[in-house]
Amino acid sequence: MNKIIEKELLSENVVKLVVEAPQVSRKQRPGQFVIVRTDEKGERIPLTIADADPERGTITLIIQKVGTSSHKITRLNPGDSLTDVSGPLGRPTHVEKLGTVLACGGGVGIAPLYPIARAFKQAGNRLIAVLGARNRELLILEKEMAAFADETIVMTDDGSHGEKGLITAGIEAVLKREAVHLAVAIGPAVMMKFVSLLTKRYDVPTIASLNTIMVDGTGMCGACRVSVGGKTRFVCVDGPEFDAHQIDFDEMIKRLNTYKAEEKVSFDGYMNSLS
Amino acid sequence: MPVDSQELNADRNQEWRNEMRARMSAKERSALPRVKMPELEPRERSQGFREVNVGLGEEMAVQEAKRCLDCSTPTCISGCPVNINIPGFIKRIENRDFNGAARKLKETNALPAVCGRVCPQEIQCEANCVYQKMKKPPVAIGYLERFASDCERLAGNIFLPVIEKKSPLRVAAIGSGPASLTFAGQMAKYGYQVTVFEALHELAGVLSYGIPEFRLPKSIVRSEIAYLEALGVVFERNVIVGKTLTIDDMREQGFQGFFIGSGAGLPKFMHIPGENAIGIYSSNEYLTRVNLMKAYQFPHYDTPIVRGKRVAVIGGGNTAMDSVRTAVRLGADKAMIVYRRSEQEMPARIEEIHHAKEEGVEFLTLTNPIEYSADDDGRVKQMKVQKMGLGAADDSGRRRPVVIEGSEYVINVDTVVVGVGTDPNPLIPQTIKGLEVTKWGTIVVNEETLQTAVPDIFAGGDIVRGGATVILAMGDGKKAAESLTAYLTTKEPGR
Repeated sequence: MNKIIEKELLSENVVKLVVEAPQVSRKQRPGQFVIVRTDEKGERIPLTIADADPERGTITLIIQKVGTSSHKITRLNPGDSLTDVSGPLGRPTHVEKLGTVLACGGGVGIAPLYPIARAFKQAGNRLIAVLGARNRELLILEKEMAAFADETIVMTDDGSHGEKGLITAGIEAVLKREAVHLAVAIGPAVMMKFVSLLTKRYDVPTIASLNTIMVDGTGMCGACRVSVGGKTRFVCVDGPEFDAHQIDFDEMIKRLNTYKAEEKVSFDGYMNSLS
Repeated sequence: MPVDSQELNADRNQEWRNEMRARMSAKERSALPRVKMPELEPRERSQGFREVNVGLGEEMAVQEAKRCLDCSTPTCISGCPVNINIPGFIKRIENRDFNGAARKLKETNALPAVCGRVCPQEIQCEANCVYQKMKKPPVAIGYLERFASDCERLAGNIFLPVIEKKSPLRVAAIGSGPASLTFAGQMAKYGYQVTVFEALHELAGVLSYGIPEFRLPKSIVRSEIAYLEALGVVFERNVIVGKTLTIDDMREQGFQGFFIGSGAGLPKFMHIPGENAIGIYSSNEYLTRVNLMKAYQFPHYDTPIVRGKRVAVIGGGNTAMDSVRTAVRLGADKAMIVYRRSEQEMPARIEEIHHAKEEGVEFLTLTNPIEYSADDDGRVKQMKVQKMGLGAADDSGRRRPVVIEGSEYVINVDTVVVGVGTDPNPLIPQTIKGLEVTKWGTIVVNEETLQTAVPDIFAGGDIVRGGATVILAMGDGKKAAESLTAYLTTKEPGR
């Protein structure tokens, strides 16, 4: 059991939880994730570690309400516990000094991007953050990113904050203007796909961190498999980060919809049980 | 592993045992027919996940126990990887001392209720039964093992051995499958402080995530774990050794000996076109969703599974049989085994093949998939297969399947389960410095002692063998416990 210490609403749909997980907090590195189970009947879901405090023995998880499991987690309050937290899983981000690094985060993807961007900055890179969201209300961690980033560009679909437009427009403006040595893209699969297509045109090496369906998270099941450079790889043990230009995003997007019908059944049942 | 013949003889020469032998002649005993395991009707059982084999009743068990000739040199024991005193427990059943029988089993086997259900007795103890020479069906050792341990459990008076010498030394088992559980039980009996580390939220490895409820009820696995807890074994869930905790961390915490029983958990795929379509599962994923995550109770449980109507399971082992019978229970109209060799070469237990057929599973043997095609959403809809013939024997002694050119045809499917085997999980070997690993990813050990290249680390089960059986893993766990004890004795003189 892992106790929830703090809870904060980052937006209408996004919740930040600080959770007790002493061993994980000591071992985790940027880019890694945990598998969480909310209760005895719950799914095992992967959540990227957004931050950690080894001294307090806590990790920070940022969750967007989507279906049953994410709603269940976001309903928990300080004092409640998660039934299981296991990790840290996946390979940590390979961080080195490259020059200029472009950190591209869409929606709740900004959460896992945050520790990675910070690590690249700490490694001595010039760091430009490009953050995208549907509107001002849904944009998270802007202040935190801006605190260390050399430049922070915000894009919203409706123009309610920053520039109006898709995240790719903000990215392209930078690519046109200066040399970028690495782009890191984390967000919805469709966003990562288009960022990847864009950076490929500019010949900028790009990594994407994937959040696929998983069960065990230790290489046992293969639910998370993706095609990278024509080869099948497991996101949980070979990733979660891959060379974005090699990822078959279309296949990945289809696989994310595996349980679309079941997710609706589950979610409707869950919402009914609440009312 | 050597059998202590003195101990066997002393047990055999007890008065009650002599009397028991004298009660019936060998001729009378061998004239008795072998008991039949009562089973649920195929129609009834394929509606749900209830255990198929019902278990022997008391009279059936006593009657079957009478068939055992109580040989002076029991050959059956040589077929048992953990050297159970087989006549010893069977004669106690004949004597209606069911608890005594269960204790006899537990002297050498930490998980008799599991072994009585999933061991391939037909190629082990029962294959070495004296009746084989007489061309008669062997004593139903497996059924009797199950009977005795079930009796003890259902009666609720689980016997706990007295641990004579306690040691302050701490040892760790990595993974909580059959190898580690056996190791842990044995080390606890020797008096060591044992902690078992499991990566998942549930204990028992393949016994939990792999073998289905209808073959091994999880309540039985839980009670075997409870027995180990009562022996003093500590279990830590959600610890991924190498990630959450390293061997060096554990050494710092005071652990002085290690056993790696992390299994062969990495699924093999065939790497043929279209294999990443939706609805194509590894058997590990399919079974894990159902057994560990209880997806058969979705949406009561949150984890979903695709409930296919036309399901093809690729492979011919026990895992493939478990998968295809699971598909039947999830409501498949057509459940197929697709296997590239013939039924004769199938590694699955005959009982499992038989049960699958009774439940309506179709067997497409000498057939191999070569490509999958999907609909616009990416869901698998067809499987292209080709027919195979059998050529000369290969390294495994089985005839090698050879492609029959031009024999391709298409089968409509909506779910495919790939059950063509597993590889060792690389997580542990990758994260421990100094271990020697083969090109297949298995850990190299001294065959006699199961010691790895790192002196305080021993290993056994599938992480050493590749894919094998529960009982061989248990045999390794036992052997490693003995070797580690010898190793630790050098650290703890006077013990």
